[in-house]
Amino acid sequence: MAFLFAQFLTGLANAAALFLVASGLSLIFGVTRIVNFAHGSFYMLGAFIGIYLMEILPGAVGFWGAILLTGIAVGLIGAFVEMVVLRPIYRAPELFQLVATFGVILVIQDLALMIWGAEDRLGPRAPGLRGVWRIFGEPVPKYDIILIAITPFILFALWYLITKTRLGVLVRAATQDREMVGALGVNQAWLFTGVFALGSALAGWGGALQLPKGGADLLMDFNIIGAVFVVVVIGGMGSLPGAFIASVLISVLNVFGVTYLPQSTLVLMFVVMAVVLIIRPYGLLGREEVAGEHGQVGAPETPIRPYGPMGQALIAALLLGLALLPLFVDQFMLILTIDMVIFALFAASLHFILGSGGLVSFGHAAFFGGGAYAAALLVFHTDTPMELAFLFAPLAAGLLALGIGWFCIRLTGVYFAMLTLAFSQLVWSLAFQWRAVTRGDDGLVNIWPSEWLSGTETYYYFALILGVGGILFLRHVIHSPFGYALRAGRDSPRQAEATGIDVKRVQFVAFALAGAMAGLAGGIFVFAKGSVFPTELEIAKSFDALIVVFLGGVKTLAGGVVGAGFMTVVEDWLTRLEYWRLLLGLVIIAVVIVMPEGIVGTLRTLWRRIRNTDEETV
Amino acid sequence: MSEILRVETLKKSYDGFLAVNGVSFSVAKGELKALIGPNGAGKSTCFNMLMGQLKPTEGEVFFEGERITGHKPRDIWRRGVGRTFQITGTYQSMTVIENVQMALMSHHRKIFSFGSRAWKLYREEAFEFLETVSMQDQADRPCSILAYGDLKRLELAIALCHRPRLLLMDEPTAGMAPSARVELMQLVADIVRDQGVSVLFTEHDMDVVFAHSHHIMVLNRGELIADGDATAVRNNPQVQEVYLGGGTLFKEESHA
Repeated sequence: MAFLFAQFLTGLANAAALFLVASGLSLIFGVTRIVNFAHGSFYMLGAFIGIYLMEILPGAVGFWGAILLTGIAVGLIGAFVEMVVLRPIYRAPELFQLVATFGVILVIQDLALMIWGAEDRLGPRAPGLRGVWRIFGEPVPKYDIILIAITPFILFALWYLITKTRLGVLVRAATQDREMVGALGVNQAWLFTGVFALGSALAGWGGALQLPKGGADLLMDFNIIGAVFVVVVIGGMGSLPGAFIASVLISVLNVFGVTYLPQSTLVLMFVVMAVVLIIRPYGLLGREEVAGEHGQVGAPETPIRPYGPMGQALIAALLLGLALLPLFVDQFMLILTIDMVIFALFAASLHFILGSGGLVSFGHAAFFGGGAYAAALLVFHTDTPMELAFLFAPLAAGLLALGIGWFCIRLTGVYFAMLTLAFSQLVWSLAFQWRAVTRGDDGLVNIWPSEWLSGTETYYYFALILGVGGILFLRHVIHSPFGYALRAGRDSPRQAEATGIDVKRVQFVAFALAGAMAGLAGGIFVFAKGSVFPTELEIAKSFDALIVVFLGGVKTLAGGVVGAGFMTVVEDWLTRLEYWRLLLGLVIIAVVIVMPEGIVGTLRTLWRRIRNTDEETV
Repeated sequence: MSEILRVETLKKSYDGFLAVNGVSFSVAKGELKALIGPNGAGKSTCFNMLMGQLKPTEGEVFFEGERITGHKPRDIWRRGVGRTFQITGTYQSMTVIENVQMALMSHHRKIFSFGSRAWKLYREEAFEFLETVSMQDQADRPCSILAYGDLKRLELAIALCHRPRLLLMDEPTAGMAPSARVELMQLVADIVRDQGVSVLFTEHDMDVVFAHSHHIMVLNRGELIADGDATAVRNNPQVQEVYLGGGTLFKEESHA
């Protein structure tokens, strides 16, 4: 019993830092509607800067002073990022900014590597709080007790700031209707900067405060961001008390999980989130997000049409070029092009539900990796012929999407995104931990195509036909009545329902279709590489697809494909360099700022301007 | 005239607050009937219950003698009830005619069809509906650049697509210029006359209401206080109380 209580206290102590970081994210999202992926990076910066300051400031005063200063420093960095990177793109389509924050993650990672090196740092102990106190005979670190004691004050301080001060009133007003706040004479730009700085500072404080319990390393940005999103979503977007309850819940469960069910730790919080979202679709204390409540940002999407003669000629020329490619280039280029085709199909399948359906999935890798694993498992365990196993990839991924979609489709917006993320994490942990079947992170190897397909050139044509075929099929569906119904449900669910369209069912079918196409990409992938590892199911894989879809342009049909091609080429060039993350991050940020409508969207606007065509005609 | 819609003691309460309190009425075939009342009287709540967007706390709704209480909007639509919204709901990423084609595709049960090109389907038919509301000149413009009054007319065209026998219109002329209001209501009146559609609409503009409707119902604080023709409603003391605070202007106008 005493042991259980001590465990509970450890969980409570862990909740302090998590709550600080999560409340910062919640605040930023509430006011600016930016899903800030870089929030974990500010947490990491807080840890490194905290160590640096603690080393130069002596004693207890120095320790606590260092923590305070760290938050301020990180807050200033946050303000800088907001002003330079985000401010130019507030007019861009919703969620576009997350691409920019992804670039920021990469930049901060390499900067941290340059400045502090690759070694993990142990955090200094808090002066005067080194030992343990015994509670019911169990040792509990003194610092934990102090953390538990100050967490309520942090909650109170934040609550006071939000509910009682003028800044808080502005923040709450902007959360409800930022245009109205702007119309009332509040300088929105500075409000956004201020809130972003405050949110970043909270993340920095979180990073510094956890130092005596942990330390600083270069992976902590990604390690915490998952937990932070989970906490914010479980608590309900924009709810501070919700974030607090969720932090405690997750931290305590995590401590018990480590002790009693170690294999659950990778996935425990995602299971909790999935359960909460299935029961309460808007988190514990969140309220319903009304679609369109925050207004359409950016230019409205233009009506779609199949390409005219000129566009068709271009596509035909491109395909001809691809078909003749093996005559001109070496094997390496062919393999790179296969990668490109696979990624393009994967991105196109995400683009299908994201662009036409308005369903932002954060877990699309589950279907890509799921398809790859489905085929690989068949080959590995039952020696199924490649042709049959390959067919199984889109089939299994489609079925998986039917299952996951059944839970997710009833949710909307960020909650939908997070539930798809949770399920993809479940699939990932299955591949990672069910070693008897999947061989864990050793992966499944020796998954080669049949004899007749084994040459690089032959497989290139195989990949090209199926990959391009899949992309063209998706495009065809977009132009079909089903595709129109999908867009109708996105544009005005109310009107669609009132004219006989079962919006949720249309979305459900589209989700499954996108899953199957991602699975097809996964199938091509696994036989091209001859192996598959859990990395193909990771969050990072889902984000890759998300990034290229936005980079290419959500509101254009070719966005996903073009973005994927662009990204494959750029990554291939950059990863040969030492600090490639920094450069890639800068490239992403630059593209985002220069081309706020995505690559295709911006090129199209330029083209129209050059030809000076009437915007109104289709 | 036989009735097409019958509503029996409809109630909707929000945490004990009765937004609609025991409203009963019926709409006859071929009738153009108005539901008026001050802001907050419960008109839109009433409408949303008729069309299935809201579930009534109590009461029943019958369409052509069949119970449709609590059915989903799309089921009620399939039975032959069309609706336009107070705030227009159109598909911004499509052209004007594609908006109409979409409703036609749904009517012809083509939603789960993957084979054909959607923009080629039912184009002539859609064009005719656009002609009905005089929008044919704008057929190929993107919906996102339409003026508000045109959006209202487009929505009417969409609502007419499945040849509804009953049309529910929530403030059809809200936000329109006065001349456009008269035009639109004349159009609705023509449709009622020519196609035998019954229309139930809510409205704040009394000129529109008294000029076009056959019967008028007045809702106040969730209760129906009058149901009759224009003269009867004008002379109803309770209605005068609600609209004029007991003044006499209304009466004088009715003599004029």
